Amino acid sequence: MAKTSMRRTFRLVPLLAATPRHWSSNPGAPPPLQTRLLLYLSHRFHDVETLLSWIPWLKSRGVRQKNIFYGYTQENFGDNVAAAFYILSLRGGFRFAGQSEWFRSNKRGKFSWDFINQRDATIEEVDASNTLINYTGLENLVKQKSLRTLSLCGCVEVDDWFLSRLHVFQDTLEELDISHCPQITVGGLASLRNLRALRRLDISSLPKLQDPGLVAILLEEMLPQCQVTAFGFDHSLTYSHTPTDAQRTESVQEQ
Amino acid sequence: MTMFRGLYMTARVVHGIHVSSRFIHKHTRFFTLGLRNISTGRPVQNYFFKDLENQFKAFREKTAEAMPSSDWTPFEINRSLPPERADIVIVGGGVMGWSIAYWLKQKEKIREGVRVLVVERDPTYSQASTVLSAGGIRQQFSLPENIVLSIASADFMRNINKHLSVLNEDPVDLQFNHSGYLFLASENVAQIMEENYKTQRYVGAKVALLSPTQLKEKFPWINTDGIVLASYGLENEGWFDPWTLLNAFRRKAISMGVYQCFGEVTGFKYTTNSMNTAEGNKLDFQRIKYANVQMPNSLEYQPVECAIVVNAAGAFSGKVAEMMGIGLGLKDTIAGVPLPVEPRKRFVYVVHCPDGPGLETPFLIDYSGVYFRREGLGGNYIAGMSPEEEEPDTSNLEVDHQFFQEKVWPRLAHRVPAFENLKVKSAWAGFYDYNTFDQNGIVGNHPLVNNMFFATGFSGHGLQHSPAVGRAIAELILDGGFQTLDLSAFSFQRIITQEPMLEKNIV
Repeated sequence: MAKTSMRRTFRLVPLLAATPRHWSSNPGAPPPLQTRLLLYLSHRFHDVETLLSWIPWLKSRGVRQKNIFYGYTQENFGDNVAAAFYILSLRGGFRFAGQSEWFRSNKRGKFSWDFINQRDATIEEVDASNTLINYTGLENLVKQKSLRTLSLCGCVEVDDWFLSRLHVFQDTLEELDISHCPQITVGGLASLRNLRALRRLDISSLPKLQDPGLVAILLEEMLPQCQVTAFGFDHSLTYSHTPTDAQRTESVQEQ
Repeated sequence: MTMFRGLYMTARVVHGIHVSSRFIHKHTRFFTLGLRNISTGRPVQNYFFKDLENQFKAFREKTAEAMPSSDWTPFEINRSLPPERADIVIVGGGVMGWSIAYWLKQKEKIREGVRVLVVERDPTYSQASTVLSAGGIRQQFSLPENIVLSIASADFMRNINKHLSVLNEDPVDLQFNHSGYLFLASENVAQIMEENYKTQRYVGAKVALLSPTQLKEKFPWINTDGIVLASYGLENEGWFDPWTLLNAFRRKAISMGVYQCFGEVTGFKYTTNSMNTAEGNKLDFQRIKYANVQMPNSLEYQPVECAIVVNAAGAFSGKVAEMMGIGLGLKDTIAGVPLPVEPRKRFVYVVHCPDGPGLETPFLIDYSGVYFRREGLGGNYIAGMSPEEEEPDTSNLEVDHQFFQEKVWPRLAHRVPAFENLKVKSAWAGFYDYNTFDQNGIVGNHPLVNNMFFATGFSGHGLQHSPAVGRAIAELILDGGFQTLDLSAFSFQRIITQEPMLEKNIV
C-alpha cells in the first residue's frame, strides 16, 4: 500500500529516479516502527526531510558550545588563563606547573576563580576524562608548552584528527591516557609517533581497534621508551565454525 | 416429482450453500433415469462461469493500467537512458566528477535548482584512476594554490560526516592513516626543498625540516646516505581509502537528486558564432547544445540537451576535448591549442617485508623518484616509482614486473636496508591524467567553448584535491567566479599563452 502510493507520488520524477526506496543500504533487521515512520514521511514530504536533516546540527550544538575558542580571554588574561578556563568549563581538571593542588569544578559546574590571578603559571597536567573535548577545542591548549600529562579517558569526541594534532606537545608530553575513546582507530595511533617524550600510554578498551594485541606491540616498537597499557580487550582466539581441510578429509575417510 | 425437486433446491439455497449452476445440473442429471447427456455445449458454459471471477479480475487490472495514473506506455522504454534534458552534464564519474556533482547540489539555492547528470563509461571502475590510486594526501607542494587545495580538502575530510552523511545510512569511515609524508632531498634539490618549506609554512601547512641526524634518530631504519635534508609532514597528511571517498560523494549526491548514467559521451552538437577580433582575425565561438551519450554495448544513444558540460574524464579528457574540436583548428590559433592531458601508466607494487619499518612509516618519497608506504599492520608495503626515461605503453593496464626488479627494488633497498629481502605479493597499474604541459590541474572553462569546464590534468594529485576543486568548479558555475579559493592560476589561459605553472618536486 505504501509502495504504490509512493510510486504514484514520484510519478512526476523521471523514470531513472524512481527506484524502489529501501530503508538503508544495510542488509539486516529493519529499523523500529517510529524510525520507519519517520523515514517514510521524509521520503514523501520535503518539510520532514529538512527537519530531520537539522537534527545532527542541533545535537552538535552542545559540543560546539563547549569547544569555542576563548579569544577574548586570551587577549585580556593571557593564554594560560584562557586554557585553564577552557578546561574548567569542560568540567575537567588541571594542575599548574610548580604547584600541587588541582583545580576542578564541582558536580554542579562551579569552580573557584583563583586561577585568574596566576597569569604566568603554565599548565602541567590536564584531566579531561569524560568531557566533550574535541579537535576545535584543542586550539585553546596548543600554547601550553609544558604539558606533561593528558588524560582523555572516555572522551566521546576525541578522534584520530585530535591525536594527529597532539604533535604540538611532542617534546613535553609524558603520559597520555586515551582509554575508552570510541572513535580512535589505528590510523590515529600511528600519528603518536611524534611524541618523543612519551613514557606511559594507555590504550585500554578502544572498541574500534581490530587487532589490539598487534597494535600494542607495534606501538611499543614505535615508541621504545614508552610503556603501553592495553587492558579490556579480548585476546582469545576466535573459534571458526567452518571445518578445516584436514577435518573434512578425516570425516570423508571415516565414511 | 418436479415440485419435490424444486422444493429441495430452494431448501439448499435457503441454507445459504452456494451451489454453482454446474452442480445443480449434475444433481438433476443424477435423478434423470438412464438419460445420459452427451452434448458438448454444457462444459464450455461451465468454464465460463468458473472463470467469471478471474475474468472480472483481469478486466479490472487492465482498466487500472489504462487509467492515466499508471506507468503503462505502449512504447518500450530503455530505463538506463539518461534524461533528455539536464542543466549540467559531468563527463566522468570518478571522485572529481562526483565531488563536483555533490557541491553543485550543495550550493543550489532552491530545491532541484539544477539538474545534474553524471555520465560514467565503466560501471565497474576497472580502469578509473580514482580506485587504482595509492590514496595519499599531502601539503608539501611548491605552489601555494596546491597547498591550500590540500589543506581545504583535509578540512573537508576531517568533517566528512558533517558534509556527506545520509539519513539512516552508516557514517563514512575513510580509514585515514595520519602517518605523514617524508620527502628526502639530495645535495642539488635541498635548496628547492627549503624554499618550498618556507612557502608551506607561510600558507599554513604543518611541516618540519629534518637534518640527517634527526632523521636517523626518528627513523633508525633509513640509510641516510646521500640525504642532505628531509621534509616531514606533521598534520593533515597521510593516506586513506579512495573507494570510500568516491562512494561517499556518490551516495550523498544521488540522495540529493543527481542523475547517474552509465554510458559514453561520443560527441557533442554545438552552434558556432563567428566573430572578428580587432585585428580582423576570425574567431569561432562554439556553444554546446547537446551531449550524445551512447549506451554500453549498443548503438543506441541519447542526445542530452544541456547548458554546461564539465570535463572530469581524468586520463581520457583529451579525447573528450577533441570531440569538441579543441585542438583541431589551425596551428597558432586558440582553436589549435589542444587540451594537453593524456594517460600515463604508473605501476604500484605490493611487497611484504618481515623486518621492515613499523607503525611509524610515513609515505616516504626519495629524491630518486621511488616511493613507498605502509599498508595494513602485517608488514606489507606499497611501492612505486615514476619512470624516468621511457613511458610505459598506455593501451592496457598490464604490469611490468621487470621495472620493479631493475629500477624500483635497488633504490628501495639502498634507502631502507631491511627491504633487501622482500617479496612482491601483488601489483597493479593505473593511469595518471597527466598534464604534459606543466603537470598541474586545469580548472576553468575554455575561452572558445564557453560552456565546457575542465577539472582534469592533476597528474597524480587529483584525488587529494577533489573536495576543494569540486567546490571551486561549483562556485565557478553557480556563482560566476571563485569564492573561497582563487584557482584562476589554473585556468586554460596559461596553456594558450604558454606560461607553465610548474611544480618543483613531483612524484
